[in-house]
Amino acid sequence: MKAGRTKGNAGSGDARKAVFETRNLTKVYLMGEVAIHALRGVTMTLYAGELVVLLGPSGCGKSTLLNILGGLDVATEGTVTYRGRELTAAGEKELTRYRRHDVGFVFQFYNMIPSLTARENVAIVTEIARDPMTPEEALALVGLADRMDHFPSQLSGGQQQRVAIARAIAKRPTVLLCDEPTGALDSKTSVSVLEAIQAINRELGTTTALITHNEVIGEMAHRVIRMTDGRVVEEHLNKRRRVPAELSW
Amino acid sequence: MEAVGQRHPGFRLAGGGMRSLNRKLLRDLYALKTQAAAIATVIAAGVMTLIVFVTTLDSLALTQERFYRDFQFASVFADLKRAPNSLEERLRELPGINHVESRVRAPVRMDVPGFGDPVRGEIVSLPEGRQPNVNRLFVRKGTLPDPGRFEEVAVNEVFAEAHGLDIGDSLTVIIRGRMETVRIAGIVLSPEFVYQLGPADLVPDYERYGVLWMNRRALANAFGMEGAFNNVVATLQVGAVVEPVIDALDELLAPYGGVGAYGREDQMSHRFVSDELEQVRAMATILPAVFLGVAAFLLHVLVGRIVRTQREQVAVLKAFGYTNGEIALHYAFLTGLIVLAGAVAGIVLGAWAADALGRVYLEYFRFPELSFRLQGWVIALAVLVAGGAAFFGAFGAVRGAARLPPAEAMRPPAPERFHRGLLERSPLWRFIGQPTRIILRNLSRHPWKAVLSVSGIALSGALLVVGSYQFGAVNHMLDVQYRLVQKMDIHLTFTDPTPERALGELRHRAGVQHVEGYRSVPVRLVNGVRYYQTGLLGLEEPPGLRGMIDRDHRPVSLPPEGVLMTRYLADYLRLAPGDEVDVEILEGHRRHLRVPLAGTVDEPIGVGVYMERRALNGLMREGPAISGAWLLTDRESEKRLFDELWDMSRVASIGLIGDAERIFREHMEGTVLVFMGVVLLLACSIAFGVIYNNARIALAERTRELATLRVLGFTRGEAGWILIGEILLLTLVAIPLGWALGTLFAFLLSHAMSVDMYRVPFIVTRWTYGFSAAGVFGASILSILLVAPRIRHLDMVLALKAGE
Repeated sequence: MKAGRTKGNAGSGDARKAVFETRNLTKVYLMGEVAIHALRGVTMTLYAGELVVLLGPSGCGKSTLLNILGGLDVATEGTVTYRGRELTAAGEKELTRYRRHDVGFVFQFYNMIPSLTARENVAIVTEIARDPMTPEEALALVGLADRMDHFPSQLSGGQQQRVAIARAIAKRPTVLLCDEPTGALDSKTSVSVLEAIQAINRELGTTTALITHNEVIGEMAHRVIRMTDGRVVEEHLNKRRRVPAELSW
Repeated sequence: MEAVGQRHPGFRLAGGGMRSLNRKLLRDLYALKTQAAAIATVIAAGVMTLIVFVTTLDSLALTQERFYRDFQFASVFADLKRAPNSLEERLRELPGINHVESRVRAPVRMDVPGFGDPVRGEIVSLPEGRQPNVNRLFVRKGTLPDPGRFEEVAVNEVFAEAHGLDIGDSLTVIIRGRMETVRIAGIVLSPEFVYQLGPADLVPDYERYGVLWMNRRALANAFGMEGAFNNVVATLQVGAVVEPVIDALDELLAPYGGVGAYGREDQMSHRFVSDELEQVRAMATILPAVFLGVAAFLLHVLVGRIVRTQREQVAVLKAFGYTNGEIALHYAFLTGLIVLAGAVAGIVLGAWAADALGRVYLEYFRFPELSFRLQGWVIALAVLVAGGAAFFGAFGAVRGAARLPPAEAMRPPAPERFHRGLLERSPLWRFIGQPTRIILRNLSRHPWKAVLSVSGIALSGALLVVGSYQFGAVNHMLDVQYRLVQKMDIHLTFTDPTPERALGELRHRAGVQHVEGYRSVPVRLVNGVRYYQTGLLGLEEPPGLRGMIDRDHRPVSLPPEGVLMTRYLADYLRLAPGDEVDVEILEGHRRHLRVPLAGTVDEPIGVGVYMERRALNGLMREGPAISGAWLLTDRESEKRLFDELWDMSRVASIGLIGDAERIFREHMEGTVLVFMGVVLLLACSIAFGVIYNNARIALAERTRELATLRVLGFTRGEAGWILIGEILLLTLVAIPLGWALGTLFAFLLSHAMSVDMYRVPFIVTRWTYGFSAAGVFGASILSILLVAPRIRHLDMVLALKAGE
């Protein structure tokens, strides 16, 4: 189990402010009568403005970690602090507020609301956020300015995922959490989605954590954290980051 | 390819190949138990109402038929003034008549020990020492009076029960002012008094009105009817027609003061029983249809949803080689089990409730015993109707499941297609927030489903309107009748037409504030083939204690010439003001007159024909005579006055209007409240069944959306709104629709319930609408409260993980 801070610059100069710090994070699920240890004591830090890729095979606990960071799930043991506030001590109301204002989520299956257009799927977030961009701005950022009034059924998978990204960042979140955002897409479409994520990280400086089992995608990150069996087993900084267009698998 | 070994096994319930499918069936059913139970309940309610009403109808009709047949219930009835016993021989010879009995009927007043209020009644004569040939008595307890015993009587069971009277108890009866003490020898039932009702009463008052039977000679002596009779009852020969017999009787009895013979359908007790059977017949059709219709709708939605959530399983089964038929059968069994559970519960509950309802009827309708039978065909009909409803409900969904190509079914369904419609073009659209847009788009995406939901809820709202409007309407009817029409306190009838000066005698009695005389003549009104037998009432102009009102409750004055008629009667006889009507006078010298109809009046209870009293006296070629009087009295002296009036030799009957009104209101409150309670229960179970199932299905379909919204930072309340808002929106749309439907039902019911006995006005008050809305809204809130915990405990991670 390797833990702690890693030296090196991660895109936003020397002011390395920690956004997330986890300490001995443990999660045990009860699946029927079997206890599943999804996390077995994870200690790690995410810094402001960096793009981190969490790599690992399925079932390694990376989604569980992301869900706990995003306030969707609670840890069995250990602590998570978000910008100095302890998330593990937060109540339901506080977690809802946290998700509403601070976190943007992107999922493998897009999770569009089928009855709302692209613009409305974004507006559903901007309507409740504190200082959002307009849905139009957010959709322009992901290159979908011309598809704003399409319903999800009228968009391709890659387009739906880009709407999901626009929806996630329209609130100007501090962190963007992406759970296998390209898991359901072919490699060509995936590139356009990854480009959108990288552009958001670069242009808005949004701290981004991206989960994948695809080693190649790790090459676009500032830092790669590798997980196996509920533990962090390796971290490394990319000396040279690649742009998504250079990636292929 | 058709080698035996490669053929998959056919459907066998216990066969190896299908065992696991059956297990899946039971587990699916277990997982859906709450919803399945809600649907089975609605089916059970439908089957139960069907069984209850059909069986009650069948049992009552059978009971009535047996009682009438075994106890020789008369087909023709006639009252007259007085005819000598020697006339009996000629009655017997009338063509068409089978058995005939001449009788003495005497109105009496009674004193029941320990009961303070005045009691009215009637004594009917029994042939000395034997059962009559017509209208025989069923002896519940004791015996008929012994021949030659003057003091022995038999009493009607309801009267004995009301006062706790038993064999050997004594009563004081006052016949024509003479007090007699009688002893109860028997407690009996008569086909003539299945529904025991005092003259001019609309609801029974078992405490204040009773029927007694006495030996003929004893009664004739006491009533001054020695060697004579004043009433005839007869049965008809098989195949004989009633009208010619009535005409022949009228002709024969006219010289003896006959007031018009009538058939069974005009006999009070029989009419009430038949009307009640008619109402049960109507309910046996309408209520089960409503319930089974709603159940079919719920089944349709539920099975459709199960099949949608099991697309992949269907695909896998088909990939394994199950045929479409087997898969259809699988889901048909699932539906069938729910129907079966509902039907069995409905049959058991229905049999129990029919028996209970039959016993309630026995409280009002006195038969020797209830011939309860639950017929096989009724059960078969109930199961068939429920099964049919389920089949039509589930057919489409099951067919869809079986038709799905396996590969297609295994792919997650594409996002549902949505299009911009009229909604988006409305200028209001941009003011609507996204969650509300989700609701509106979901509803407009499945308009048929929304329409069915709204209809189901509206139907329950309509039932609430129908159930409750009668309460206000009947109250209004009684208010009009007793405030504007029958304004007197006491209604007196004299034994014979009496000179006007009798009024003076009444006027001077203590406690009498106002007196008004009236003349009443039995008549038969004829127009073409339609006729109606009633009393022609001669009133003072302007009418004082007996109001004449029009449709808007404004007073109507009596015309100098011609008659006024209740609008219902004029419509029945197809007469309009200005027409002439044939009036056949059934008292004294029989004559036919043609009288113009001057106008119509609108009293809600009873029907009649009216003219100015002196004009009627002129028509009858008599002096200023009256048939009775209406009195306005002091409340305190009513009891004493009642005793005094009874001692007047001319007085034939005394009606206390206040008592009649009170009893009527009590009766209505009792029955209407029970009816309302039942309707409320039925309506709420429908409303709840529809709304709750809707909510559960919507929850299952929207779990992902709800989870997404929660992840995006919506609070539970905000996310739950897309579900709760939908329920509320459907409810809000359904409420006015329920009002409209209910108003229509109430209108139809008002018309259906308009009979010559009374006409319930078509009045739906704001209170009724409020009640309906509150009932539906309450069911919605209850459903929301039951679904809310599921929204609260929604597992976001789990919901999002599951690929669609």
